[in-house]
Amino acid sequence: MKRLMLTNEAVARGAYEAGVKVVSSYPGTPSTEITEFISKYDDIYSEWAPNEKVACEVAVGASIAGVRSMCCMKHVGVNVAADPLFTAAYTGVGRGMVLVVADDPAMHSSQNEQDSRFYARSAHVPMLEPSDSQEAKDFVKRAYEISEEYDTPVMLRLTTRIAHSQSVVELKDREEVEDKHFEKNIQKYVMMPQFARKRHVYVEERENKLAKDANTIDLNRVEMRSTKLGIVCAGAVYQYVKEATDASIFKLGLVYPIPLDAIKEFASKVDELMVVEELEPFFENQLKANGIKCSGKALFGKQGEYSTAYIRNKLYGDEIITSQVNVPMRPPVMCAGCPHRGVFYILKKLGIVVSGDIGCYTLGAQAPLSALDACVCMGASIGMAHGFDKAKSIHARKLVAVIGDSTFVHSGITNVINAVYNQGTSTTIILDNSITGMTGHQQNPATGKTLKGEPTNKLDLEALLKAIGVNNVVVVDAYDLKEVERVIKEETAREEVSVIIARRPCVLLTKKYPPAFSINDNCKNCKACLKIGCPAIENIGGKIRINKELCVACGVCKQLCKFSAIEEGSKNA
Amino acid sequence: MLNVLIVGVGGQGTLLASRVLGAIADISGNDCKLSEVHGMSQRGGSVVTHVRIGNEIGAPLVTEGEVDYILAFEKLEALRWAYYLKKDGIILVNNQEIMPMPVITGMAEYPDSIFSKLAELGKKTVVVEGLELACTAGNSKAVNVVMIGALCALIGIEFNVALEAVRKCVPQKLLAVNEKALELGYNVK
Repeated sequence: MKRLMLTNEAVARGAYEAGVKVVSSYPGTPSTEITEFISKYDDIYSEWAPNEKVACEVAVGASIAGVRSMCCMKHVGVNVAADPLFTAAYTGVGRGMVLVVADDPAMHSSQNEQDSRFYARSAHVPMLEPSDSQEAKDFVKRAYEISEEYDTPVMLRLTTRIAHSQSVVELKDREEVEDKHFEKNIQKYVMMPQFARKRHVYVEERENKLAKDANTIDLNRVEMRSTKLGIVCAGAVYQYVKEATDASIFKLGLVYPIPLDAIKEFASKVDELMVVEELEPFFENQLKANGIKCSGKALFGKQGEYSTAYIRNKLYGDEIITSQVNVPMRPPVMCAGCPHRGVFYILKKLGIVVSGDIGCYTLGAQAPLSALDACVCMGASIGMAHGFDKAKSIHARKLVAVIGDSTFVHSGITNVINAVYNQGTSTTIILDNSITGMTGHQQNPATGKTLKGEPTNKLDLEALLKAIGVNNVVVVDAYDLKEVERVIKEETAREEVSVIIARRPCVLLTKKYPPAFSINDNCKNCKACLKIGCPAIENIGGKIRINKELCVACGVCKQLCKFSAIEEGSKNA
Repeated sequence: MLNVLIVGVGGQGTLLASRVLGAIADISGNDCKLSEVHGMSQRGGSVVTHVRIGNEIGAPLVTEGEVDYILAFEKLEALRWAYYLKKDGIILVNNQEIMPMPVITGMAEYPDSIFSKLAELGKKTVVVEGLELACTAGNSKAVNVVMIGALCALIGIEFNVALEAVRKCVPQKLLAVNEKALELGYNVK
């Protein structure tokens, strides 16, 4: 049976067909849907972990225990998971283990453009990269075979353009893989120096064997066309190259280690060899280091995504058609009724320095709120606020860290412990919207529901904070601006660590809203309500209007109006 | 080969619309590739999904200047993405304005007379009262399916095929509204 399938769903299907039994992941665009689709298979145990390190460790454990396992994450998630990954590369596997990583060239939804292929090389594990949905499914299955044959975790790399595109996939049945009986093997699984030294020797031998076998492996292929130019490429770029040129193609499916001898032979059949790869010159530098003459990055650059038109432009000088009209930008914004909005409004009003974090609330940096002052990575807001605190450079101004509930559980907790332990004075606001919002509503330990939506033990944030030594924990309704302001003033004045939980579920969790608000004749056009940057409040020809299609009656704007010009909608309207 | 761009504002349902086209390709036995946008851009930002239907599709993205039809769920977005259209392509525009944040904050102005601007650019435009028809169907959120209906009629896809595709993509409880929306869109002249 054939079906049109999102590549992320095809990865899930591949895991199902490969007989995978345990999957643990942390959501992150563009990887999130893989695990959501996996959760629909009853034959696979699947879960959201609090972060990628935990997810990877769960997969390592399940593999050693003797079942096929998987963990999925976005590129920056591998930074978090790198610790177990690098040493799991030494222990090897029991049954096969695959780490799926989705990179985000062009940063559609990320804070950096890092190239995770370097992780495969640094950790000395093989990496596969598909170029459409069908390949993604096939490669997942091959990844498990390779993992078991070579006794190594395997990485599968996607990029946004592949992860979030759909193409036709042929479905197969699930292969039942017998559990491998776990046997005590201290020398293989206990990585202390005396054993790890021996395993490191194995890691090197394994990598050398893989590099040799890569020359004949079924994951790579040569497509001979014109011999004037030969292009080495992989993933989405392969599709663009094929469409943009008539060059011969060396398509890599195994992107680490690369088949040097086979590429050498390919190079001998073409007049000129080029490497076309997004982000870093990962293939190119390896080819050059091994004496294979080629070019690539000098022409194509390291920034963003490529496309068919971009490649034609670089190779043949063809013009890329661009827009001839100037239209206003439409950046992403916090939704109408978003509970984060009022908190940012107050922070801006009070002139407080805000150390930000990763989630919907990063959008608090956008005009007109422009409330964030820094944002680096998951969980960093609290540690950075503590750094600000200890640097003492901004003592004239108050300071807070803001972080979402899911991100706090991901990697904020240890930062609070650090601030308490080291006698800091920073204030953290947990913007608790009771869900992982930006990635599209995933459950987390603080929501009390599992990946499958079933009820489970709920992490009690207040009790946790008290237990780690925070004496001042205040819960406030994020819609109540007066109270939010009072609490922020009070807590930022304290000479010890404090945490404010601004609680209100994500507005998209509800489907039914009270009738929309409207503007009455009292409006003096003072535009105070525009300061919160609500997409439902429009300024049309100098006249303020509330868009009934967007307003969810959160009531935040009403609290800003000094002229009682904003009124609640009537149920009969 | 049929290349379609579906553009709009995050939250307007471009994903579902592209999936309906995917289902139509499937029913008619064609190869198809869709490229979607998830994550941050969903939050009220400008969104675009690429749909390619044909014999054997390579790249998941349509090249600028090679799009047959643009399905625009919002007027400003029609203007923003119009340059993707090929010479004799057609833009179907839902006659609805959604103010972007720079306009709300007074940093930019919402362009007036977008339809005449499109005409000046030489773009053939079909205006659909998508929001009005969606409300008639029973839910303002059904604009996406109204627009799909209008596109299907324009490119000569049988109504029953479009209906089957909608049934494959829409949850059961929203089916009645969306079937009505499809019909209203399909009958736009």
